Amino acid sequence: MAVASLSEPGSLVVGGTRIDLIERGAGRPMLFLHAENGIEPSAAAIAELARYARVIAPTHPGYGRSELPKGMRTIDDVSYFYLDLLDQLDLRDLTIVGVSLGAWIAAEMAVKTTARMARLVMANAVGVKIGDRETRDIVDIFALTEPEYLEITYCDPSVGRRDYKSLPDAEVLAAARAREATARFAWNPFFHNPRLKSRLHRIGIPTQFLWGTHDRMLSEAYGRAYCAMIPNAQFKLIERAGHFPDHEQPKVFAEEVLKFAKAEQGPYRNPT
Amino acid sequence: MKVYQFTEQPYFPAWDQHSGSLRVNLLNRKCDPRVASDLFHRYYDEWQLADELGLDIMLNEHHQTATCMSSTVVVGLSVLSRITKNARLLVLGYPIGHRPDPLRVAEELSTIDVISRGRLDMGFIKGVPYEFPASNQNPVGVMDRFWEALDFIIKAMTTHDEVFNWEGEYFHYRQVNVWPRVWQEPHPPIWSTTGSTTQARLLGGRGYVMATLGSGYNTRPLYDAYRRGYLAKWGKAPGPDRFAYLGLVGVAKDRDEARRRGDLVAGYLRSSGIVHLPFRNPPGFLSAEDNARLLRGQTPPRSYTKDGRVISMHSASVEDLIAAGILFCGTPDEVYEQIADFCEYCGGMGNLLMMGHAGYLTHEQTVDNLTLFAREVYPRLKAWRQPDAEQVAAQAVAAEKGQPGSMASARAGDLVDAAIGGC
Repeated sequence: MAVASLSEPGSLVVGGTRIDLIERGAGRPMLFLHAENGIEPSAAAIAELARYARVIAPTHPGYGRSELPKGMRTIDDVSYFYLDLLDQLDLRDLTIVGVSLGAWIAAEMAVKTTARMARLVMANAVGVKIGDRETRDIVDIFALTEPEYLEITYCDPSVGRRDYKSLPDAEVLAAARAREATARFAWNPFFHNPRLKSRLHRIGIPTQFLWGTHDRMLSEAYGRAYCAMIPNAQFKLIERAGHFPDHEQPKVFAEEVLKFAKAEQGPYRNPT
Repeated sequence: MKVYQFTEQPYFPAWDQHSGSLRVNLLNRKCDPRVASDLFHRYYDEWQLADELGLDIMLNEHHQTATCMSSTVVVGLSVLSRITKNARLLVLGYPIGHRPDPLRVAEELSTIDVISRGRLDMGFIKGVPYEFPASNQNPVGVMDRFWEALDFIIKAMTTHDEVFNWEGEYFHYRQVNVWPRVWQEPHPPIWSTTGSTTQARLLGGRGYVMATLGSGYNTRPLYDAYRRGYLAKWGKAPGPDRFAYLGLVGVAKDRDEARRRGDLVAGYLRSSGIVHLPFRNPPGFLSAEDNARLLRGQTPPRSYTKDGRVISMHSASVEDLIAAGILFCGTPDEVYEQIADFCEYCGGMGNLLMMGHAGYLTHEQTVDNLTLFAREVYPRLKAWRQPDAEQVAAQAVAAEKGQPGSMASARAGDLVDAAIGGC
């Protein structure tokens, strides 16, 4: 694995596919799975988490500079890719932290096997269908203008605003790739896997839902219903944050994650 | 030269009732089915007239829009297969990127070919960008889906002595055996559209008829890319029958009346771009590199006049549209000269896709437009001598060697593609 710096991620080849990967800090391992808007090495949440954990934060296939394996089209595919990564890095006693689409990936991994996992954190998670067929659980973000999108996904939209004309080329390209990759995985069915709901009972490790209260892409009711489908999962709100609490309240977010990760293991230890 | 009469069958009575979008989310409450019915019958009457006048016919489809009531082109093809006698029936295009079931496409088009007794031309496109939210097909990877669907349709139309199996990346069938089988052997001619030199070269390699729209005096690089692709694959130059161009037409005996007609026909251009902003460029329709350029605010110019001025075809004046080769407009003499001049510029072009009705042009004006064109312009276009294809193709090859900057034009073309939904 190439070494990451604060400004540049390292990289890792998994099954022939090279992805960017940030690795920072020491201690128990923590896999951070970013949301649909991508990740920057300078992300404050990563720095906060790395104070107490060995944070491994890959850039998902198709995002940033990460390659996309041929034929990868679903979050189910991505989950197998990351299970391979866990094997390759021989990660054990792992806390997995996912935000939004990253949480969906985490759930898809955990329903398959939690052998290498100790804990799961799901922040403003997508991935399941809660309402009836005519109720839109998740706002159609592809039908929104950028200002409208920021308005519903942030408590303070200015946090998410970017001036593409002054950003470095690589970041602008990353934004374009993030939009494309997200549509690849989440266009249809929209931000969920209809099969996932019936598998969530398999997640037998302590699970914490974190929820930015100002998220209007998803409702809190959606988050609570999702949480209720994972045995003994806990639900906690993060104030003054929208859909990306790691981005908008990085300190609070990291505190909550670390508090949960460092807690004594509960009765739902990984059975294997 | 062949001339295909085309209208989008617009529901223009709703054009002044939108709030920023005539497509996808303009509520259908604004459509009065009685008005729509009268319009459909009117448009079919006009196509029947085109048939009687010796013109061929082009149809298309769009979805959830007042700009084009034809939401399934098979209906129009079915009606016209029965009520016309001689006209070729070109669908351009059939948006197979939006269709989940290419077997159904093969069945529909084979049936149309049989009912029309071999008059079908099949133009396939991936579909326009703003209709992906309507079809809910994934715009990411649409070209892969497009080519697999097209390969499947061709195989389904050309396999007669076995029931075949298809288990591809996107489509799965185990017992394929299309009835009725196509009238034209091996299959009806295939057409497509593009605004990209990369795709144009690829289409040349496949030998399909390539159409462009709104490319005006930026058409030649696309045709030359096609010529290079064709030459490399087939070892000879493509004839003018491999090229098609969609032009708006307003012709009248009187020059002022012609300009008025041109202005009404241009209503198509002025309405076609009115669509809810986020639907205009769905993710994956353009490459990430092109989208990064758009994020930076870099939008390549679209249409050029003959003397190199950039115009916006959505807002240009009649005179500028004429200067850009997007609208052919004037007396029969003027229209003939404009078209011949444009074909000369193209290095040869054998299929004019004539928007002889569009926008607010009335039935009476349309009848006169078509009749005058068919009687006074068309015979001269048929007699017009196309440039020597071999010579033009050789120039295209030589020009590429002298122009290492062709990638820039390919990128601009890919952006143009967003507007026409070509391949």
